[in-house]
Amino acid sequence: MSPPTADSQWPLWEVFVQEKAGAPHEHAGSVHAPDGELALQAARDVYARRGPIASLWVVESERIVATTTADAASFLEPGPEKLYRHSRFYSGPKARKSK
Amino acid sequence: MDDAERERAFQARIDAGETIEPGDWMPDAYRGQLIRMMSQHAHSEVVGTLPEGNWITRAPTLRRKQALLAKVQDEAGHGLYLYGAVETLGVTREELISSLLAGRAKYSNIFNYPTLSWADVGVIGWLVDGAAIVNQTTLTKCSYGPYSRTMIRICKEELFHERQGFELVAVLAAGTPAQREMAQSAVDRWWWPVLMMFGPPDDASPHSEQLLRWRVKVKSNDELRQWFVDLAVPQVHEIGLEVPDPGLEFDAKTGHWRTGTIDWDEFWRVIRGGGLCNRDRLAARRRAHEEGRWVREAAEAWAKKRPQ
Repeated sequence: MSPPTADSQWPLWEVFVQEKAGAPHEHAGSVHAPDGELALQAARDVYARRGPIASLWVVESERIVATTTADAASFLEPGPEKLYRHSRFYSGPKARKSK
Repeated sequence: MDDAERERAFQARIDAGETIEPGDWMPDAYRGQLIRMMSQHAHSEVVGTLPEGNWITRAPTLRRKQALLAKVQDEAGHGLYLYGAVETLGVTREELISSLLAGRAKYSNIFNYPTLSWADVGVIGWLVDGAAIVNQTTLTKCSYGPYSRTMIRICKEELFHERQGFELVAVLAAGTPAQREMAQSAVDRWWWPVLMMFGPPDDASPHSEQLLRWRVKVKSNDELRQWFVDLAVPQVHEIGLEVPDPGLEFDAKTGHWRTGTIDWDEFWRVIRGGGLCNRDRLAARRRAHEEGRWVREAAEAWAKKRPQ
């Protein structure tokens, strides 16, 4: 038998699963599929075999733009000097603190 | 930064317990070892469906058949999780599948043994998956993010595999003399190959040290094996069966069960293709791949026809 190398490799889709309505969609993994509809079906079979699952998203992997760990340090620098962005920078009413 | 500096910074991240993600710089050897381990793992999940798939049509009750179908489907799914995770390292799905089908890739040796009786199906779930859980539980803490996340997902599902297997064997062990004998014979045949699943002993495992330093492995082969033996021996005894090891002893001082000598010659013989089922397994994979071709073609034709 000739080695089956003639198979095409379909685009990769990233799968996001929402475990209950209102919760955020979380990345679960990826599937290969020729289009979005079949990607959803594959995602259902692979990542939603056990419920409860409220919804599934698939998005073509190449559409995702991401930071790398090397960038993150400068790009996502939280700005420790910007304390004024946090509530604890301000003095609030005492009545609330006692709760 | 030169490579030596990068490598030092990389090791520092690992030592600090950080997770390495796909876009991060990593040494070529780290990437290579991960591809080797993760693809073997993926192939094992897929080939692992074969010895059990054999028994789906012969499951004795509907309850057992449902469980087995769900389990086999899970294993195929685990293969897909893992292929997806390996692909983040820059290998394609095609390369992975074609190296398996061409016989170049390795998969867990355990699946080169035959499933001769219904009890074997139970023992695979209970002991084979039980051993896999021990290994995979530690790998949830490995340094590569996609692998670690995949392991967390897989471990949750493997627990069901292990439980249904234990139950199946326990029921046989409490059954008629013939059923009991079937259960004992399955334990006798699988016990040693299961212990070999953890790989060669530490002093014959040349890469282990580096893999541990990189947290690609979290515990050594012998540590994992001991952990499994301590879990499994009391379970075998609990259902009134025997461990087929005359050298087995409980070391009261350390609280560990000590096994007799493992026949590593058999391990190497089977890995090199001398197992009972090596050829069968590959032939079945190739056949499945060919027989599924029309599905792939149909999916592609369907996608082409639809306006995107």
